[in-house]
This record gives sequence, structure tokens and C-alpha cells, in this order.
Amino acid sequence: MQLLIGVLEQGFIYAILALGVYITFKILDFPDMSVDSTFPLGAAVTALMITKGFDPLLTLPASLLAGAVAGAITGFIHVRLHVRDLLSGIIMMTGLYSVNLRIAGTSNVPIFAHDTIFKNPMISALPKAFAPYAPVVILAVLAIIVKLVMDWYLSTRSGFLLRATGDNPTLVATLAQDSGTVKILGLSIANALVSLSGCIMCQYQRYFEISMGTGSLVLAVASVIVGTQLLRGMRFLGATTAVVIGSVLYKGCVAAALSFGLSPFDLKLVTAVLLLIIIVIGGRRKKVKRHA
Amino acid sequence: MLELKNIVKIYQGGTVNETCLFNDFSLTIPDGQFVCVVGSNGSGKTSLLNIICGSIPIDEGSILIGGQNITAMPEHKRLRRIGRVYQDPARGTCPSMTILENMSMADNKGKPFNLMPCVNKKKAETYRAMLAQLGLGLEDKMGVLVGNLSGGQRQAMALLMSTMTPIEFLILDEHTAALDPKTAEIIMQLTGKIVAEKKLTTIMVTHNLRYAVEYGDRLLMMHQGHAELDISGEERRNIKVDDLLAKFNAISIECGN
Repeated sequence: MQLLIGVLEQGFIYAILALGVYITFKILDFPDMSVDSTFPLGAAVTALMITKGFDPLLTLPASLLAGAVAGAITGFIHVRLHVRDLLSGIIMMTGLYSVNLRIAGTSNVPIFAHDTIFKNPMISALPKAFAPYAPVVILAVLAIIVKLVMDWYLSTRSGFLLRATGDNPTLVATLAQDSGTVKILGLSIANALVSLSGCIMCQYQRYFEISMGTGSLVLAVASVIVGTQLLRGMRFLGATTAVVIGSVLYKGCVAAALSFGLSPFDLKLVTAVLLLIIIVIGGRRKKVKRHA
Repeated sequence: MLELKNIVKIYQGGTVNETCLFNDFSLTIPDGQFVCVVGSNGSGKTSLLNIICGSIPIDEGSILIGGQNITAMPEHKRLRRIGRVYQDPARGTCPSMTILENMSMADNKGKPFNLMPCVNKKKAETYRAMLAQLGLGLEDKMGVLVGNLSGGQRQAMALLMSTMTPIEFLILDEHTAALDPKTAEIIMQLTGKIVAEKKLTTIMVTHNLRYAVEYGDRLLMMHQGHAELDISGEERRNIKVDDLLAKFNAISIECGN
């Protein structure tokens, strides 16, 4: 039971990350490496604000904003300075590492002693029996809100343009819109969500750690692929719902692998190998379908 | 009125492969004219369209629309009043979106792409009627992803989508070349109808000499970056496919093809 709750909690946190990466990876077809640093960026902003005594709720919009700015810069480097997509992400990722250290002040900031969105007087006032389930409920609500807002956005005119940009930039030009601007906007939204996920993760684990973003892109891509490929048969699920479920499933797989005796040292290896397996299985299925 | 003045376009400038396509090329197209452009490969037909739309930069010269100099205007801003259909049917539509979504998006050209919902249910009937006139059965497939349609169906949609909002110019880049003869015929008839209805100034590049003779009121034959033939009025009305073919062959023989 404890394990299941843990999986759900982390699954929902990474679902927000995965929803952000869904925009760049699936919609824009942009391999955005800056994610590995915008995730801890949100955490760094959060650690700073919480240690300075700000209301934990304020860290959510603040980290969204920080991520949005970082994403917009990645987009600017790619679109306006004509740097290749992968490189502009890597440049941003490397540069942000130092920025994150500057914001947080040091490579490790514990916030055990402070109030967070999971530990505050309001939560403490809840009945004792409910207390262990408070985090998972809060996280589920957050993930669902992000999912619903994204569903709404993707149905707006601006959202349509975003989908079209990844699909067919020529059409965007014929609609008299600049696909470069749309790309920057998309990267900005995506990294805002990634940063928000980092903010929540920081409050969940109650410390900021500079290397907490390593592998987050792989993790998010895995969740997106699990969601969109393995749940492809279930058409009634929207893409965003599939991504949220994919994230929880993926966390479950990792947790299961670890509970079979692998040590936490192997976490990243497990993450990478699982992604490889999923991609290969996903690819197989496609081929079978084509022959049929 | 669309004016190209003294256009110079050099490909791979500064290298040994430098080729000068246009050298002091000028062209004036009055409002409402339907110009058909023919010519062999590499004669500058598509480059001409790309220069007008701003898809490729020019080395010298100026481009004016209604007297306004648009030489420095970026492509997407120029396309505000230009509709363009490409040879490749995949370039005019979004494969991962449904027919209804594609039509709704095209209908929003010229308006801000803001946070208002894009699909307007009330307009679905209008789109359905537009699609019904194609006779391709698309009106019953509003919820189908465009990626699942055939090339001809997509091209018909691309043509509808590029002309559904108020535009002044229509640029057609061999838009029937990738289609089978029957579908090409449907698309050409639709093109003629839309151009006549909306009184669009049109430039159509085609390899089909019959279409070039049947449609439009001015005919250009491009050859090595200049207009070898530029006829309109009486002369244009009297020309036959055979005359055009003879002229075409004469030019090709000069080049040694």
C-alpha cells in the first residue's frame, strides 16, 4: 500500500513534467535538452522562496514563470539565432546549471524545517486518519488541473497553431503566422510545466539538490511514449490523459524493478533500459500493424 | 497590382557553382489577371513564386503590391493577402488534425490566434457545404484525420483552405502535378470557379499545356530566367496547345535537350 501511494505520488509529479515534454517532444518534435535544467530551476526557485519565508503557494506561479522565461530563451536561441534544436537545448541546460546554483546558493538546500504545500497548518488540521493520503490527493488535483488546462489550451486558436507548427510549418506560414514565434511560445509553455514539476518535487522530497534534473528528459519521454504508444488501443483516452497514466505506469515499472532487489544506485540505469525496452516494443507493434 | 522590378537572383553566389537565374527581370501583373506560367525545369517558375511570396531572398530589385514596397517584408506577413497551394498535397493541410479542425484553423487566417476556442460548431455547416461542392464525399468525414485522406482529397482541401478567407492573390505552384488526371481535372475546375467567384489575381505554374491554354487570360513561358513568351488578349485567346508545344520544343532544342 505504501509502495502504491509512493508510486502514485511520484507518478503525478512526473506527469506534469511529462505533459510539458509532450508539447516539445510530441507536438513540436523538438528534442529539448534544456528540460534537465529547467526541472531543477523550478526546485531552486522554490527552495530559495521557502527558505526566505514566502508562502509555499507562491512558489507555484514563481516557478512557472522562471521555467517559461528559460524555455523562451531556448526557443530564441534556436529560432532567432538559428542554432540547431538539440544544441540550443544543450547550451541552455549547461548554462542554467550555474544559474540554478546561484539561485539556490549551494548544491543542496534542505527545507525540512519549513512549511510546504504538503506540510502546513491547514494540512495538520486534517483528521489523523486522512493525513497520510493528503499528499497523493494534492498531487492528483495538481496533475488533473494541469491536464485540463492543457486540454483547454490545445483547443484554442493559439493551441491549434501550436499543433500545426509541429505538423506542418508551411501551413502556419500560409496562415500568415510566424512559426518561429509559435515555437518559442511552445517551448516556453513546456518548460514552465517542467519547472512547476520541479517545484512540486522539491517540496515533496523537502530538499533541493543540483543534480535532481539529470535524466528528467529521458524519464518524461518514457512517460510520454508509454502513454501514447502502449495505451494507443484505448482511443477514448485523450493524449494528455494517456501521458498522465503513462507517467504513473512508468514510475510503477521503475519501483517494481527496484523492489526486486536493485539498489537505488541503479535507478538511472533502470530508467534508461526501461525506456529502451518500451521504444523497441512500441516500434514492433507498429511494424506488425503495417504488415497486417 | 503586383510589380517585380529589376529582380536579380543568384544561386550559390560566391562559389564556383554560382548561377544567375534572374538578371534584371521585371513583371507587372494587373489586378484580377489570371496568369499561367509554363516552362521547362529550372527555368525559374517556382523561384518566381518563391520570390513573390518571400520564401527566398532576392539579391537586387524590388517587389511591390499596389504600389507598396514589400521587398523586406517577411514571408508570413506577405501571405496575409496571398493564398498559396503547393505541388505536394501534404504541405497545405495538417495531417494530425481532423478536417473540421483544419477548416476552422484556415478560417481564422487574418484574425488573431488567441485563446478563443478554434472550432466554432455553428460554422461546421458552412464548411460541410463547401466540402460538398467538391463531390469527393469529404462532407461526411468531418471528424477524420486529414492524414488518412488521399492526395487529391488533401489538395482539394488545401485549395479550399487557402481561399476561404479574403485574399487578393492566389499562388498555385503546379498544384495538380501530383494528382491523377481525373482528380486534377476536378481541382482545376474548382480553381477556375474560385478564381472567377472571388476575382483573385492568380499566378498558376503548370506543366500541363492544356490547362495553360484553357485557363487564365495571360500566358508566360519562362526560359532561363526570362519570359520567352508573354501573351494576353486576342493573341492569348487564339493560341492552341500545338503552338505552345512547338514553341516549347524550339526553346528546348536551343538548349540542346
